[in-house]
Amino acid sequence: MIELYNLHKQFGKQVVLDNVDFEVREGETVALLGPSGTGKSVLLKHIIGLIKPDHGKVVVDGKDVSTLKRRELSELRSRIGYVFQNGALFDSMNVFENVRLGITDQAKYSDYDYCRERIAECIRLVNLAPETIEKFPAQLSGGMRKRVGIARAIAGAPKYLLYDEPTSGLDPVNADIIDSLVQRLDNELGVTSVMVTHDVRGAFRVADRLALLSEGVIVMQGTPQEFLASSNPKVREFLERDFDNPSFAA
Amino acid sequence: MNVLAALGRWVLEGFSQVGRLSFFVIESARGIGEVRIWWPRMMVEAWNIGAGSLFIVMLISAFAGAVTALQTGYQFTGSIPYYVVGTLVVSSIILELGPVLTALILAGRIGARYAAELGTMRVTEQIDALESLGRSPASHLVIPRVLAGLIMIPALTVLANLSGVLSGWISVKAVLPVTDADFIYGAQYYWRPWDAYYSIIKAFFFAGSITIIACYMGFNTQQGAEGVGRSTTTAVVTSSVLILVLDTVLTRLLLNQ
Repeated sequence: MIELYNLHKQFGKQVVLDNVDFEVREGETVALLGPSGTGKSVLLKHIIGLIKPDHGKVVVDGKDVSTLKRRELSELRSRIGYVFQNGALFDSMNVFENVRLGITDQAKYSDYDYCRERIAECIRLVNLAPETIEKFPAQLSGGMRKRVGIARAIAGAPKYLLYDEPTSGLDPVNADIIDSLVQRLDNELGVTSVMVTHDVRGAFRVADRLALLSEGVIVMQGTPQEFLASSNPKVREFLERDFDNPSFAA
Repeated sequence: MNVLAALGRWVLEGFSQVGRLSFFVIESARGIGEVRIWWPRMMVEAWNIGAGSLFIVMLISAFAGAVTALQTGYQFTGSIPYYVVGTLVVSSIILELGPVLTALILAGRIGARYAAELGTMRVTEQIDALESLGRSPASHLVIPRVLAGLIMIPALTVLANLSGVLSGWISVKAVLPVTDADFIYGAQYYWRPWDAYYSIIKAFFFAGSITIIACYMGFNTQQGAEGVGRSTTTAVVTSSVLILVLDTVLTRLLLNQ
């Protein structure tokens, strides 16, 4: 379980997260919605300890992330898969080596036969052709890079998956492919997922629960149905564009 | 008053940078136990530094040796014995020109490369990705680069010294009636084995300043392509200035006791 208590973060004078309380229960998929620049990615990075809060607590499986020692933090991170916005693949390594780095258990990482099988399985799960493993990130399209990023995140069989804008910058067809993939992985792997996105349509397709972050504050949390029924002006304003979209209505 | 305030801010910022740099070095040193991670990467980096820089380092040192020899001949012809040319060429190259020129070239070549590589990795979230996978950026990225520099830059300095001395020897024979025996006699007359150690000790310190500053600047890159450019420039300028400061300090400490 992931719990955020009174989380506050500011950069200089700009308050990015203003005493945010938020939780993600075991096995659920939560989409964190909000316009660009409202602190969604900053919140996600707090969960994995890449950013420390000014005050407040991030608790994952009962442990306060900001107080963990190096080894404990490393152990926690091995249970969390993080999908970066642009893949964040290592340019100097091919897909095989990139995905292999996601195998966080050192004994398994050193076992080449295990790695080959596990990487082939992850590549298949994200719908990429087997020959992709020989390619370098520069030889892949944006959508393929994101899928390799997902393959790397799931390679260590994590308990939690954090997605940072998995569909941003993609055309609608590729965005749909990624959304379906997220949904399928959640069902097949049984992971707990948090997806940061400003794509309302994708969030409604994938998530069990939604949260809207605006100006550093969680404006509303609830099921997709509760969001649709909400009269909160900020929720209405954010959803309006997609309500008018026929594909969303369908 | 505004000037004083600006000066105060500048001094405080300087101390703050030194503090952050020290913290970066201590944090990075914690990864030294992960030998199986940094060893293969260090070998690759060492090869890149050595093979990639050998030609330019030896070329520049050869020209420095030749010019030193020719200017010595021009300034001292008729006033002092010819064998002094051997003394001056060997001392100038080994004590000063070899290590300093090699370090300044490598500050541009290796320092810029490391700062740009790590800066790009920072802005494209590759360093964050490494951390998110529970892996240490220090043992994957910093330690291999710093250790490769600490091994290869002194080695390149030794080769640069050889290249400079040989080039000076050949050049001076072409323009002055200096025999091989004169040159060797002059080179040996004031020679102390400590000079060679001093040259390598200086190169070792220069290597540390080039690689650590480049890695630190790369790691602290912000704001996209512009930030990468700024980090790269700052890394080269800072390490070049530090090389000159260290050169003076080490000369005072190791030669003028």
